Amino acid sequence: MKNPEKHYEYAITADALSKHFGDFTAVDRITFNVRRGEIFGFLGANGAGKTTAMRMLCGLSKPSSGEATVAGYDVAAQPEDIKRNIGYMSQKFSLYEDLTVTENIRFFAGIYGLSDAAIREKSASLLRHLQLEAEKNKLVQSLPLGWKQKLAFSIAIIHEPKIVFLDEPTGGVDPLTRREFWEMIYTSARQGTTIFVTTHYMDEAEYCHRVSIMVDGRIAALDTPAALKKHFGAASMNEVFLQLARQATRQAD
Amino acid sequence: MRSLRFLLEKEFRQIFRNPAILRMIFIMPVIQLIILPQVADYEIRNVKMDVIDHDHSMYSREMIRKITSSGCFELAGYHDSYTAALHDVEHDRTDLILEIPAGFERTLVRENEAPLFIAVNAINGMRANLGAAYLNSIIRDYNQEVRAEWIRFPRFDEQPRIEVQQRNWYNLHLNYKLFMVPGILVILLTMVGAFLAALNIVKEKEIGTIEQINVTPIRKHHFILGKLIPFWIMGLLVLSLGLLVARLIYGIVPVGNIGLIYLFAAIFLLAVLGLGLLISTISHTQQQAMLIAFFLMMIFILMGGLYTSIESMPRWAQVVTWFNPVTYFIDVVRMVVLKGSGLKDIAGHLGIIFIFAVVLNAWAVFSYRKRT
Repeated sequence: MKNPEKHYEYAITADALSKHFGDFTAVDRITFNVRRGEIFGFLGANGAGKTTAMRMLCGLSKPSSGEATVAGYDVAAQPEDIKRNIGYMSQKFSLYEDLTVTENIRFFAGIYGLSDAAIREKSASLLRHLQLEAEKNKLVQSLPLGWKQKLAFSIAIIHEPKIVFLDEPTGGVDPLTRREFWEMIYTSARQGTTIFVTTHYMDEAEYCHRVSIMVDGRIAALDTPAALKKHFGAASMNEVFLQLARQATRQAD
Repeated sequence: MRSLRFLLEKEFRQIFRNPAILRMIFIMPVIQLIILPQVADYEIRNVKMDVIDHDHSMYSREMIRKITSSGCFELAGYHDSYTAALHDVEHDRTDLILEIPAGFERTLVRENEAPLFIAVNAINGMRANLGAAYLNSIIRDYNQEVRAEWIRFPRFDEQPRIEVQQRNWYNLHLNYKLFMVPGILVILLTMVGAFLAALNIVKEKEIGTIEQINVTPIRKHHFILGKLIPFWIMGLLVLSLGLLVARLIYGIVPVGNIGLIYLFAAIFLLAVLGLGLLISTISHTQQQAMLIAFFLMMIFILMGGLYTSIESMPRWAQVVTWFNPVTYFIDVVRMVVLKGSGLKDIAGHLGIIFIFAVVLNAWAVFSYRKRT
């Protein structure tokens, strides 16, 4: 580690991180730092490169060039160490639909190496918090989407990771559930977890401590929501986003 | 190793919760094992034959009676002209034409030999060939009977005759079922194993759960083992079920030690499942995996020595069969079931299949990427 103090302060660092697929540059030399305990909004239009960047940070995709660390570990060289310290909730719903609520909790907790006692305790408190006690033996496929997403988030942080990556966690969810979801995110952040979240909802962007906006694989802006609005002379994050996204030359997917 | 426990728990839950998989594992193989051996044999029966008898003599009638009473032939038509019989061939109403020339009896008695004419419909080559061969042998028998009768009246010198008697070792009555059932069982085991494994990981890719697995610190070989072990156990269950069906329905009791079949099957299954998992890791969709598995399965079945003897394949094809795991198991199961071969006899095959298992599973672990 070149700069231990930097890693102490930052949960995530990225330095000219890039990903190419053949001739196509999905992520183009992005540089940013995320502080510990911060809620970091990662915005951008469809196809701007958000998911690719996030997958590199989670150790699911190998960077083409540049450097990045997550929880102090090098993304290129130590992906498995990173995986012990992060939680991840993908865009695609990814719990097992043919397992029950309890079975899903038990499986992921077990995979992360929690002890039997810890699994029991965690399951109980999780079910209580989500008020899913009555549904605990139902197959996940029978739950409404909002509940599924809240369950998926709770399972993503079941091993108390230092950092959690959320890829459009509230897509297709009603406003009330979104609200509850963000309360869960805040609770988690207060307990010291760093949150790295992508979203298409600009009201959600306002909830973030800091926000970056990606355009065509680059980071076009990065600051607090208030500073961004001031800088772009906009009344809302929505306007900021539109101003930047209109500069895009790349086709959305 | 702890994570392996949770993986196994999950896989078993998913298998037992999926009625389609259970049907595929337990009902389909039994049904196929009951149906397929009834039809998969080379015995030719009900060959349709047209007869053109220009002679209408005692000898010709006696010969036709003998042919039709053999059980192999069915008199499809009795004509006066070759054209009429050929018409039957053209419309696929008959497989063979036997033409008995006028004066057959007279020529036979006078000149001690008489020509007959056989025309064969060779659209189905095997049926035609075997049919013609049967017919020839029946006529030859008949010829000898006629002669034996004449010999009683010493008109002719007795000819020395050589009669060949054959004895079928290991399968005394050339019972095709004894030969086919164990082989078909091997095919079913291969199919169940390879298809289930091939579709499994790729299914997790399609629904996206593999991402959630890949983002955990799970070890690659634990993940593969977690997929392998449940299907391995299922495979051994299918084998047991198959052996039970073979015993109850076909009365096949292995002459050799049944433990040897299990020993070989245990390693064979690892090889087949490893291949399935390998297919699964390199495919992106279940459809792709299915097509690759199906393609390989066709080759495995047709080049595995079940239906056709490997010794009669061209040299290059024989070389291909060396790389077919099914070949070795069919060989072993026949050796143990029919011949009672021991561990020493199958040791070579066991070694080869072990190499298959190691290579295919290592390859599957290697080609499974947690990171792209």
